[in-house]
Amino acid sequence: MKNRLKIIVVCFLLLLFFLLGQTDYVPLKLATTHFRHFFFEMLLFLPCMFVLIGLVDAWLPRSIIEPYIGKSSGFKGSFWIILFAMLQAGPLYGAFPVSVLLWEKGASIRNIFLYLGAFSTLKIPMLTFETGFMGWQFTLLRTLVTLPLFVLIAFLMEFILKKTNFSVVNPKV
Amino acid sequence: MLFFLFTVIVMTISFFSNREKTYFGIKKGFKMFYGIFPDLLFILLATSLMLGFIPEQTIIKYLGDSSGVFGILIVAVIGSVALIPAFIAFPLAAFVMKAGVSIKLLAVFITTLMMVGVITFPLECRYFGFKAAFLRNFFSFIAAILIGLTIGLVL
Repeated sequence: MKNRLKIIVVCFLLLLFFLLGQTDYVPLKLATTHFRHFFFEMLLFLPCMFVLIGLVDAWLPRSIIEPYIGKSSGFKGSFWIILFAMLQAGPLYGAFPVSVLLWEKGASIRNIFLYLGAFSTLKIPMLTFETGFMGWQFTLLRTLVTLPLFVLIAFLMEFILKKTNFSVVNPKV
Repeated sequence: MLFFLFTVIVMTISFFSNREKTYFGIKKGFKMFYGIFPDLLFILLATSLMLGFIPEQTIIKYLGDSSGVFGILIVAVIGSVALIPAFIAFPLAAFVMKAGVSIKLLAVFITTLMMVGVITFPLECRYFGFKAAFLRNFFSFIAAILIGLTIGLVL
């Protein structure tokens, strides 16, 4: 579906959603409140994220970043990419476009999935939040158990996908 | 807010270092944002509806009452389908934990929430292809249950 058409469809759904939210039906009222909450979070966060991604792309051409995260770099590259993921923030779908960038810069299949694993479970902003609410024991233990498992997943993904024509691409607009 | 300030600072530094690169970067960033914007709106809409229609008490009830294999599976499925940002999920989890819900279930819930995305699955497919997206979510689902069980054993 063309992007513009999609936007029109979604806008229509949103209009319907908010009109229905005006009624006294509680679940819909709640839903509109949730939506407003998420929307403003997204509106502030995502454009920033994408601008940063764009700037990284402009400033770090393939030749500079490749020694760190490229196919030939092995475990050192994995280390850098996990560190890179930990410093970021936001929901997992924010990591997909970054994966495209990493892929274009020459990251291996293993490192792409190490990035997704570290991004989803080890983001430092999230860890501070987790420590605050769940306690440091929970956070530390979860981190220690999660790390080897997502490393294992990354190796499995590489093992399975390296024989296919796997690639990471931006969705066609 | 901090993140916003950080972005502005980075943009400013970048602008004074090299205008062309900065314009190129910002343009590229917004183009990518535009590309997934409708998908995102749809995700937000679906999540809001779900949170609206499933009352918090119902969620708490199922997290608390069943702690067997069935309970773990239910929690894992809810965590996989739900799209709750960390700043809501952790306070909610802490609240539920005080209500006496087992930490094992919470760990499964939080980990699936982080690693598995059913609602974002179509979007993930468009980036990585169906096979890779499916395998990543499948392995992550199993890993999340293992993580939860381990945390339940230790804590």
